[in-house]
Amino acid sequence: MNGTVDTNKEVQKKNSLAWDTWKRLLKNKGAMFGLVFMVGLVLMAIFADFLYDYDTQVIAQNIQDRLIHPCMAHPFGTDEFGRDLLARIVHGSRMSLVVSFTSVAISLAVGGVLGAISGYFGGMIDDIIMRITDILLAIPMTLFAIVIVAALGPNTQNLALALAASSIPIFARLVRGSVITVRDVEYVEAARAIGANHFTIITKHILPNCMAPIIVQVTLRIATAIYNTAALSFLGMGVQAPAPEWGGLLAAGRSLIRDHSYLSVIPGLAIMLTVLALNLLGDGLRDALDPRLK
Amino acid sequence: MEKEYALNIEDLKVVYKTQHSVVHAVNSLDLKLEKGKALGLVGETGAGKTTTGLAVLGLVPNPPGIVERGSIFLNGRDVLKMNKKELRKIRGKEVSMIFQDPMTSLNPVLTVEEQISEVIRTHNKVNRKEALEKARQMLEMVGIPGERGSEYPHQFSGGMKQRVVIAIALACQPDVLIADEPTTALDVTIQAQVLEMMKALKEKYNTSMVMITHDLGIVAEICDEVSVMYAGHVVEHGTLEDIFDNTRHPYTRGLFDSLPNMEDRSQRLKPIKGLMPDPSNLPEGCAFCTRCAYATEQCEKVKPPRFWRNDTHYVECHLYSENDIQKGEVLKNE
Amino acid sequence: MSKVLLEVEGLKKYFPTKKGILHAVDDVSFTIEEGKTLGVVGESGCGKSTTGRAILRLLEPTAGRVTFDGVDVAGLNAEELRKMRTKMQIIFQDPFSSLNPRMTVSQAIEEPIRLHGIITDKKEREERVMELMETVGLAPRLYHAYPHELDGGRRQRIGIARALAVNPKFIVCDEPVSALDVSIQAQILNLMEDLQDNLGLTYMFITHDLSVVHHFSDDIAVMYLGKLIEKAPADELFANPTHPYTEALLSAIPIPSLHNRRERIIMKGEITSPINPPKACRFANRCPYATERCFHVEPELKEIRPGHFVSCLLRDH
Repeated sequence: MNGTVDTNKEVQKKNSLAWDTWKRLLKNKGAMFGLVFMVGLVLMAIFADFLYDYDTQVIAQNIQDRLIHPCMAHPFGTDEFGRDLLARIVHGSRMSLVVSFTSVAISLAVGGVLGAISGYFGGMIDDIIMRITDILLAIPMTLFAIVIVAALGPNTQNLALALAASSIPIFARLVRGSVITVRDVEYVEAARAIGANHFTIITKHILPNCMAPIIVQVTLRIATAIYNTAALSFLGMGVQAPAPEWGGLLAAGRSLIRDHSYLSVIPGLAIMLTVLALNLLGDGLRDALDPRLK
Repeated sequence: MEKEYALNIEDLKVVYKTQHSVVHAVNSLDLKLEKGKALGLVGETGAGKTTTGLAVLGLVPNPPGIVERGSIFLNGRDVLKMNKKELRKIRGKEVSMIFQDPMTSLNPVLTVEEQISEVIRTHNKVNRKEALEKARQMLEMVGIPGERGSEYPHQFSGGMKQRVVIAIALACQPDVLIADEPTTALDVTIQAQVLEMMKALKEKYNTSMVMITHDLGIVAEICDEVSVMYAGHVVEHGTLEDIFDNTRHPYTRGLFDSLPNMEDRSQRLKPIKGLMPDPSNLPEGCAFCTRCAYATEQCEKVKPPRFWRNDTHYVECHLYSENDIQKGEVLKNE
Repeated sequence: MSKVLLEVEGLKKYFPTKKGILHAVDDVSFTIEEGKTLGVVGESGCGKSTTGRAILRLLEPTAGRVTFDGVDVAGLNAEELRKMRTKMQIIFQDPFSSLNPRMTVSQAIEEPIRLHGIITDKKEREERVMELMETVGLAPRLYHAYPHELDGGRRQRIGIARALAVNPKFIVCDEPVSALDVSIQAQILNLMEDLQDNLGLTYMFITHDLSVVHHFSDDIAVMYLGKLIEKAPADELFANPTHPYTEALLSAIPIPSLHNRRERIIMKGEITSPINPPKACRFANRCPYATERCFHVEPELKEIRPGHFVSCLLRDH
């Protein structure tokens, strides 16, 4: 007689993992702020052309309106060429978001796969992949990006590629480390015992359980990518003037910071708020994806 | 004759308050430990055994833990009324605790003798050299050669580490030793060694001991009295003979029946049905009523009173009355 | 005599370490008959879990033969081995770490059925999961529950259901109840006994708990530092422990009774290192009866009574 422990026969309501995650995310105020902010930002980037015309309002110079402090007509003021800063921020979001998101996506995909293979199989494969990443890590990242852009030519694609290449070893190491901590847990052995293959084990049993540090790192890397885009633009390797880009705007405002601090403060705030929103969203997602946390 | 208690806990209630619920870890617990005796505190995971031990040292983590009421008299003084400084003074000197896992209760970057001498120097006015000397003596006492004192914890095996932990606990010859499952992480043969040693040291120093365990075999081996704990409350208490040979509470009976019979291996185990109740949502009456084969409506509603079978043995169960507590037939006729 | 289901011959598993070669399992041989239970006992580091895993090839054996139902397990390729996993299963010790925290009860039980394509229809598969849950005593309402919401006993029931999902013949039970409270332990042991009776399962029951192994097993094998040192039917072993280690081990069990207490044999010292062990009796340095010869000659497993095997130089004659 191995009678059921519970008498309640009802099947609990089925909730999919995505729905549960969403419900948990809804409860997290910080994550919701981050989500709303990011959705707004992405929408703004997509519909930037409807808000401000690129040719006439964003890059066209307008000397009589130069250096106006924020007012009703120009909520964020204008720069030394009389261009409306709000219009430039709105259009600049496109470049910043595209470059940072693509570069992180590429490096996560490549670095993640390398790291997962390296951590899961270990041995020779691990040694080879890790030595390569060590070499890549030894090269200063900005220098590395400069070399790539200089060799391939400065455009958005190459900029994203350059930033991605410099983050690959970081993701490879991170994923490898996380995989190793989960690899030897008993439920992975249990999965082998029921006859699961390597692919199933990695994708269903290992990766979902080491998402937390990866998600956090992704949000941090996006932030870094925005900064690095700015740095490269500043060096003339990234986005070319007069095209707007947040880092570039920040750099341009630098020389006028004494009398026209809004020119650097506002792009700086835009970067900061985006990074903050991403971090809050990342933290919230990490917690929401873990069924152990209610 | 008035008995002298080294430790006397009365009506202790400890709760853990979280955002969503209040966990009733210890509920109106009474526990009396006579000087020089060993008391076995028996129960399953979540019975509140460790919380009780921590409460005696004033170490219940706060938040979320709150000692709501009760008193804990240690050598006649109430621990719950002491301030932080007084508490620090008694820890290690009047009462010590040994934790379950020897692997994590030692500091990996200090040598073993340094860790022992630290306790000695905290409570005694001795210099470093004297303390180290005393530390080595303590090591010898627990069966480790003194010269190994200059080694680090990782150089010791599990059994040896637990000996070191015991040496630390006994370094200032506390009056009361609380041992929280001290041998659970050890192998049987090593467990036998450690228990034997603890027994000998207890005799030598006349230490009073609370042995927190889930293993009735260990209780039979080393204790004088037993308190059986369920859901934060002592449901039956008595001497070894009272508990082992005159079991009264259905839970205690259930614990014995869950163990394999060494005489007859074909005998089927009789587990207690169901699970421990949720400590944040305990029944109004007897906490065991959800799993008890004899439970009646009264059990669900009313907390059972305490019935004394003799001077040493009591049980809290509605099955009995003042008159028939002597007869144990209720449980035997099943 | 019934059919031999599993035959292990000269099984070895060595691990290279920085200090030398660790002999985790060293030349272990035994057989298990169909429908029976072999208990394997020993202290931590004696190689009992490694033996179980090497039989299932969760660890690749260094040497030796494992014949299951007439098939040489060691000779199987990856795909054949995967198929073999439907016949040989394992229940793990720790119900807290052996379940993926991100899979619900039903997903965990369904996984093996799906992986081996046993039932392809989704609806039928769900029914089978329900049926398995009922078999191991899990309430249907837990179908979508996560492991962390459940207690150890229920988690272990999930582990058992997962093992049963592929209709195995043989299950290695690696300390399945040692992480559980006594009252829950008894529930799980009874469940496993019933399953054995109803499904004709064969068990290899690995544990350090001697009273449990005595209750549960038909035969008991005692291991010490990678060696099988004594094997006998359960009652015979408990009545006539012959190897000095078995004797000491049995005497060390704390007995929960005030009567029939055994005289304790307190062994000196602790288990020695299994790295590069000398060619000698591995128990010699702790053995109260050890002679000079024990330190130089390696004893072999010999049958001293029908079905009772011992590996000790002193009990050879």
